[in-house]
Formats: sequence, structure tokens, C-alpha cells
Amino acid sequence: MTQAPVLDVKELKTSFFSSDGEVPAVDNISFSVNKGEILGIVGESGCGKSVTSLSIMKLIPQPPGKIVGGEILLNGEDIVPASEKRMREIRGNDIAMIFQEPMTSLNPLFTIGNQLVEGIILHKKVNKKEAFKIGVEMLKLVGLPRAEQIMKEYPHQLSGGMRQRVMIAMALSCDPKLLIADEPTTALDVTIQAQILSLMKNLNKKLDTAIIMITHDLGVVAEVCQRVIVMYAGKVVEEASVRDIFKNPKHPYTVGLLESIPDVREKKERLYSIPGNVPKPGAIKQGCRFAARCANVHDRCFVEDPPLYKAADGHHVRCFLHAAGGEN
Amino acid sequence: MSEVLLKVDKLKKYFPITGGVLGRKVGEVKAVDDVSFFVNKGETLGLVGESGCGKSTTGRVLMRLLEPTEGTVEFEGQDLTKLKAEDMRRMRKEIQMVFQDPFASLNPRHTVEKILEEPLIVHGVKDKEERKRRVREMLEVVGLNSYHAKRYPHQFSGGQRQRIGIARALMTKPKLIIADEPVSALDVSIQSQVLNLLEDLQKEFQLTYIFIAHDLGVVKHISDRVGVMYLGRLVEITEADKLYEKPLHPYTKALLASIPIPDPDVQQEKELLKGDLPSPANPPLGCAFHTRCSACMEVCKTTRPELVEIEPSHFAACHLYNK
Ligand SMILES: Nc1ncnc2c1ncn2[C@@H]1O[C@H](COP(=O)(O)OP(=O)(O)OP(=O)(O)O)[C@@H](O)[C@H]1O
Ligand SMILES: Nc1ncnc2c1ncn2[C@@H]1O[C@H](COP(=O)(O)OP(=O)(O)OP(=O)(O)O)[C@@H](O)[C@H]1O
Ligand code: SF4
Ligand SMILES: [Mg+2]
Ligand SMILES: [Mg+2]
Repeated sequence: MTQAPVLDVKELKTSFFSSDGEVPAVDNISFSVNKGEILGIVGESGCGKSVTSLSIMKLIPQPPGKIVGGEILLNGEDIVPASEKRMREIRGNDIAMIFQEPMTSLNPLFTIGNQLVEGIILHKKVNKKEAFKIGVEMLKLVGLPRAEQIMKEYPHQLSGGMRQRVMIAMALSCDPKLLIADEPTTALDVTIQAQILSLMKNLNKKLDTAIIMITHDLGVVAEVCQRVIVMYAGKVVEEASVRDIFKNPKHPYTVGLLESIPDVREKKERLYSIPGNVPKPGAIKQGCRFAARCANVHDRCFVEDPPLYKAADGHHVRCFLHAAGGEN
Repeated sequence: MSEVLLKVDKLKKYFPITGGVLGRKVGEVKAVDDVSFFVNKGETLGLVGESGCGKSTTGRVLMRLLEPTEGTVEFEGQDLTKLKAEDMRRMRKEIQMVFQDPFASLNPRHTVEKILEEPLIVHGVKDKEERKRRVREMLEVVGLNSYHAKRYPHQFSGGQRQRIGIARALMTKPKLIIADEPVSALDVSIQSQVLNLLEDLQKEFQLTYIFIAHDLGVVKHISDRVGVMYLGRLVEITEADKLYEKPLHPYTKALLASIPIPDPDVQQEKELLKGDLPSPANPPLGCAFHTRCSACMEVCKTTRPELVEIEPSHFAACHLYNK
């Protein structure tokens, strides 16, 4: 039954270097994504979600950034040492990415058709006419009306939701095994977000594409993901099935985060709030990075950095309170 | 009986669209289009709706940061739209605004002390020592420290900057605060700190809030009553619990159904709203929502529905409930 994962990230460390020294934005994180699975990555701003995804795409601006350690196994091949030429084959063919603001990744000077067809020709080795046909089909697949017409239009002629659909069409036009979506709906209104999320879920079922869904919205995670990793200050602090994250959260940070969100279904008299601020990466040099804000902190937390402990099968927690299950 | 603090009647704000070489007016954006509501003393009125529906414009027109095209805004019985500039400036002591982006709304070259002192100077507090004392007091009130007075905005985190924004609004001891997306730019764990602070301050100083946001969970949490806007119009307004439990307007229903619920066991089959938000420069005739409404009837395409009281204190603008 156990299949090799599509993506297996092992002890990835990505740092940024400045005159102040090395800042580890992503600090030894490990996770894998199985075929057809939707994995969520959640965490607050600056915790390293985007740096993780850009590392997988090998798009970290260097300098100042660099992958300084670890492996990124894509279908068994470690792409950390891969050449830029090899990466160009991989991007689009094997992994595709969509971003929060589609306008930044669409070229305003070219029609949608131009941009879509170019990618298809490059990756699918078909002629222009066939590529155009595939392009139209993709636009229909993502639920855009009047697909032929939209091929001739420019990005600014489309609404935010339509642009995001175009981005998804582009990303999926080469049948990638893995789609990385970095806050794909954050810039959209809720009614449009609901359309895009439903689209992504349907495409995941239909095409069996694995998806990494990066978001800070726990509602989005609950709605689309099967498994979740929670990041805090560059580290994975908890990993579990989506059900366990919401019904049986273990890490004090995850617990606090869930308690902090107002729920439309019930009125909480007063919201829980985690004291203090979200730390900058590299700011905390010793001990658990959450210690200063933690409701369950004890002496040990300030001196020792907790490893990932096993709380249950498939449920890992970086917190001394859960040391009983042994290190992962 | 609750006392009305602010009463808005048939408020309109149209922005001209200019075009051509001569920059002539070729059309207009009906950013706020015939909106009426009231706010009771001591309550929080939430305003929700999708991007571009006119929430911020409404807030700005109330304070006359923008001049209304039509309509009246009565504050404690006085029509603000008729006030002379000088009188309006004085009135701003009573009505203050908190903005979404604490980064953009605080002058980066001024210390926190200078930022907080400024409203006092504007409103004639001449004694320097008193001003300094009130600044230090206010910093403590919003959960900062008096030693923060000498620092600059960039030395604070987003959540702390929003506390400074709130402190500035409170300096003149206003009665009404219009908060435009005050927590939208904040992280989840910081957002709840600021929401709790706003609630505490409301109790302490008997404040009245107009709370503008697009996050329906946040709005439900903080509001006593909620108004829903769509394309410049108020389509529904009632008590928060009623709105969320028994929404009347099809748009409100769709909006509520679209919220992702942070519970994997709730996998609602949602009825997704079709299509995009129409342009406010060219809103649909009749009911502005008819192009996306699953209950649309013939009359909806031609006649604009009025906001009427359908159940006690529950107002909606929809032909389904007419008669
Ligand atoms: N180009 C860069 N140069 C220097 N530091 C960077 C750069 N990009 C990211 N970082 C650092 O890496 C950290 C992690 O950033 P990242 O963009 O991954 O956060 P994120 O989790 O995606 O946050 P958000 O939710 O705000 O998108 C940041 O705090 C920042 O300090
Ligand atoms: N100064 C202006 N000139 C012209 N049009 C404007 C101006 N300010 C706002 N508008 C338009 O008025 C409409 C309402 O804008 P407003 O900013 O009030 O929306 P909003 O509900 O606050 O949206 P958001 O959720 O994005 O903040 C929009 O279509 C906007 O483009
Ligand atoms: S290790 Fe300690 S400080 Fe860190 S989350 Fe667990 S209890 Fe809190
Ligand atoms: Mg990011
Ligand atoms: Mg606004």
C-alpha cells in the first residue's frame, strides 16, 4: 500500500545572509506529500511558508538566500544539487506553483492565450494549434465562461477571481504531479474564494494532482486539506491529519491559534489571545521558540530546543509536554 | 430604551469617472448609493461586504473626509453634512477613525509621543505637561508602556502599531469610533489581542463603534448589529445573532455559506455564488444582486427593492419579502 511520496523534504534549511549574519528562515524542516494528497502548511506571517515553497521550486533569490542543508526528493530525485537547466524541466512539468497575487505572475503585455500556449508548447512538445486547443480546454476545465474569447484578452481585462482561475489553468496545463499554491485565495473575496477552493478540490480528485496548500486561514485548511503541518518561526511545530489538528491539537501554539479565531457558529464571550508578538526568524537562539508566549511553559523550555515527538501515529509535536511518545 | 447616536439617511457618494482628452465626466461610480441606518449609543455596528462595495467610502463620508453627494448624517441630532468646515473640525473630536494599515497611517518620522499629542494640540490642549501625561496614560490604556513614547513607528510590530492607531483615536475622548478593517492586516494570534482591547475600551469609555470588515467571523464576534453591503447598497441590517442564524437576503445567505469553517467535520455542500461582482460604475438595473441571485424574479431585473423592516428590527432589501 505504501507508495513512495511525490515529494519528500528532509531537514531542509534555507537561510538569508546579511551583514547581521545568517537568518535561518526555514530551519530543518521535514515533510512529505503523497500522490493525490492535499497537504496544508499553516502559520503566521514570516514563519517560513513561502520560503519553503520557493525552496522546493529552487527559486530562492541567491544572494541573499541559499538552501544550506537538507534534501528535496522529487519522485526520489534530490533536486537540491540539480542544475538550473534540469530545474527548468522540472518547473511546469513536475511541479507548478500559483501565487497569492496572480497579477504579479501574469505578464500584462501578453494575452492570456499567448502566455498559456507558450507554456504548453514548451512542456508538451506540441504545435501551436494543438497548444491553443489544449489551452481553451484548460480554461473550460477551470470553469471560465467564453474560453475562446478570454484567450484573446489581456490580464487587466479579467477580475481577480478569473485571473486566479487562469493561473490554475496554466499551472495544470502540463499535468504536474505537484501543485504548490501559496495563499491562492488570500486576495480574493469570500464568495470567489469558495469558488476557487471548490475548483481546486475537484481538480485534485479528477487529475490526482498532489497539492501543497499554503495559507494562514485555518478555515481554508479545514475545508480542503487532508494533512497539515503547522509552522512557527521557521520550524514545523506540529504535523497531523486535518482531523487531529482541529479535534485534538497538541502543541500549545496550535491550541492557542485555534482558540483565537472567532467562529461564526458560536459566540465566544471573549477570545483567547496568545500574549506577545510573532518572533522574527533567528531572533530566538535558545530553547523552544514559542516559550515566551506559551501558556504551558516550564524551565526546560527556555534552555533546550524540543525535538519532534511522536504523539500518535502520524501525529508529531515539537513540545516537551509530549515527550512520552519518544522522539520521531 | 436605546438612544440613537448617529442617524444616516439616504446617503450617497458618487465618484465621477472622467475620460477623453478634455477629462470630461463620462460616468460615475456609485460607491455609496442611498444608504440609511442608525447607530445606538454604546453599541457596535458591523459593516460587511465584498471588496469595493463601499464600506470605506461610507466611513469616510460619515466623517466628511469625503463630501457626500446627497443625504444627511445626524450626530446627536446635528446634521454633520450642513456644518461649516470649522465646526466640522471641532466635531472630529467626537468622531475618530482607526485604519486598516497602521504602517501607512502613522507618520514614520514622528515619535509615538508626537503622533499621540497631535490630536490634543489640534483640539486646543495648550498645557504641554498635561499633553505628555495624557499620552503616557493612553499608552498604558492600550497595553503599551509609557517608555514607548520616545520610539518611532517602525520600531513596533504590526499589532503594536495598531494599538498606537487606537490610542491616537482615543486621545480626544471621542464618542464614536469608525474602525475600518482594524484587524485585517494582523496575524490571527495578534488579531484577537486587538479585538479584546477594543471590547475592553468600549466598556471602559462607553464608546460606540462602527466596525468595518470583510471577515464575517470577526464582525459577528464584535458586533451587536450588522449591516451587509453590496455594490454601494445596504441589503440587510439587523442584530448580529439574527443575521447569522436567519439571514433573509439571498446575498447574505451566499456570503455566510462561503465562509470556510475551521472544522473538518463540517463539509457543507455549499451553494456557490456564480459569477463575479459587477462593476460599481455600471451596476445592474433593479436589484443590484439580481445577476448572481438564484431566486431572481422578473421584478428584480427592473425595480430596485427598498430596505424595509421585514421582521421586528430586521431590515432587508429584497423583492422576495415584498407584500
Ligand atoms: N528575499 C529575502 N531576503 C531576506 N530575508 C527574507 C527574504 N525572503 C524571506 N525572508 C525571511 O524569511 C522569513 C520567512 O518568510 P516567508 O516569506 O517564508 O514567510 P511566510 O510564512 O510566507 O509569511 P506570509 O504569511 O507573510 O507570507 C521572513 O521573516 C524573512 O525574514
Ligand atoms: N476616490 C475615489 N475615486 C473614485 N472611485 C473611488 C474612490 N474611492 C473609492 N472609489 C470606488 O468606490 C467603490 C467603493 O470603494 P470602497 O473603498 O468604499 O470599498 P470597500 O467596501 O471599502 O472595499 P475594500 O473591502 O476593498 O476596502 C469602489 O468601486 C472604488 O473603486
Ligand atoms: S515546549 Fe514548552 S514552551 Fe514550547 S510549546 Fe511546549 S510547553 Fe510551550
Ligand atoms: Mg508567504
Ligand atoms: Mg475598504
